[in-house]
Amino acid sequence: MPDDHTHSHDHQHGSELSEMDARVKALETILTEKGYVDPAALDEIVEAFETRIGPKNGARIVARAWTDPEFKRRLMADATEAANSLGLVSRVGSHLIAVENTPETHNLVVCTLCSCYPWEVLGLPPVWYKSAPYRSRAVIDPKGVLADFGVRLPPDIAIRVWDSTAETRFLVVPMRPGGTEGWSEERLAELVTRDSMIGTGLAKLPQQQVAVE
Amino acid sequence: MTNSLHDMGGMHGFGRVEAEPDEPPFHARWEGRVLAMQRAMGFTGLWTIDAGRASLEALPPLDYLGSSYYRRWFLGLENRLLGRGLIGADEIAAGHSLRDGAPLPRKLTAAEVGKILLRGEFARPTNQPARFKKGDRVRTRNINPATHTRLPRYARARTGIVEAIRGCHVFPDAAALGIGDNPQWLYTVAFTAPELWGAAADHDVTVSIEAFEPYLDPA
Repeated sequence: MPDDHTHSHDHQHGSELSEMDARVKALETILTEKGYVDPAALDEIVEAFETRIGPKNGARIVARAWTDPEFKRRLMADATEAANSLGLVSRVGSHLIAVENTPETHNLVVCTLCSCYPWEVLGLPPVWYKSAPYRSRAVIDPKGVLADFGVRLPPDIAIRVWDSTAETRFLVVPMRPGGTEGWSEERLAELVTRDSMIGTGLAKLPQQQVAVE
Repeated sequence: MTNSLHDMGGMHGFGRVEAEPDEPPFHARWEGRVLAMQRAMGFTGLWTIDAGRASLEALPPLDYLGSSYYRRWFLGLENRLLGRGLIGADEIAAGHSLRDGAPLPRKLTAAEVGKILLRGEFARPTNQPARFKKGDRVRTRNINPATHTRLPRYARARTGIVEAIRGCHVFPDAAALGIGDNPQWLYTVAFTAPELWGAAADHDVTVSIEAFEPYLDPA
């Protein structure tokens, strides 16, 4: 239920819901009557974020990078250009940067100052990404954050945290799971989770995907 | 404001990160309307994205911490509209417009929504060469402006390495004040965890920020 989330520090409470419902309606009414906004445009924006812009875009980019070395080279050189060459349902703006996980380095993306996030390829950020626990701890205790997500990494792997303090945006390219040799790009894309592209998760293993199906 | 609660990197006490399985884009209808109003009003050109961020940072600390994300956005938007005289407190109380609106530079129509679904371009031309190059050792400045900045407190007066030059970009510290783009070179600067957090920190952790040239000195 939309008004039934009490487990997170950053969620609205029931009283906020009714208060905000009324205040937001009033503001939209005023802005519409003054001619500042067009309600049809607002509908269109909400619909785009609910239906078109999401992590499937990012998963397609990662799956292509796993299967096409030339695409991966372009992605690492200019992720915006490479992403737009795929003809995604929603185009990607400037300053997208791909960072690659390797056996030596695991990448983690945060915005300690607000909520900067590559929404064109991942959709709107989840509540936890915008929450105080994540923003405060990702830079001082990234291993603790990864443990919160149940991510276990080899002990000798280096952690690299990217704080998105400007208009550059970061997309993590997770490692391709073993046992996926010969898989199609479409099948591989189903292993690429949103969290694996933020760095708070890993790509799913083939057996995990089978379990879901 | 710079040293406000929004600058959270390195703080303790907020607890575990709790993820919600199958989280929807919005948890209530009003959240989507706030996002849409924010984007539509951003399109008008009345303020910059950095002025928008600054209005959230200027919220009273308990409002900032006590509000959900979209409530913060709402409060910031309402404050900006009130502060610029685009709406009145009497209109908010009435829930309706009581006067004609001010003329806007432009207004977002439904047909133009595609334009705001593409992130803006923040790179700007310059005839100044970049002061630093990849591999340079740099020290961040110890600055504490009372206005907007994107140099987080945890990374001030620290020594790091320039890992990449990202181009010349709009300088948020200026754009937030509405005094123009004042473009500056932007760098990825990486710090070891012990440099940021002291000798007891993990030696296999590196943290980078995106740092504008005025934040940096040679080290």
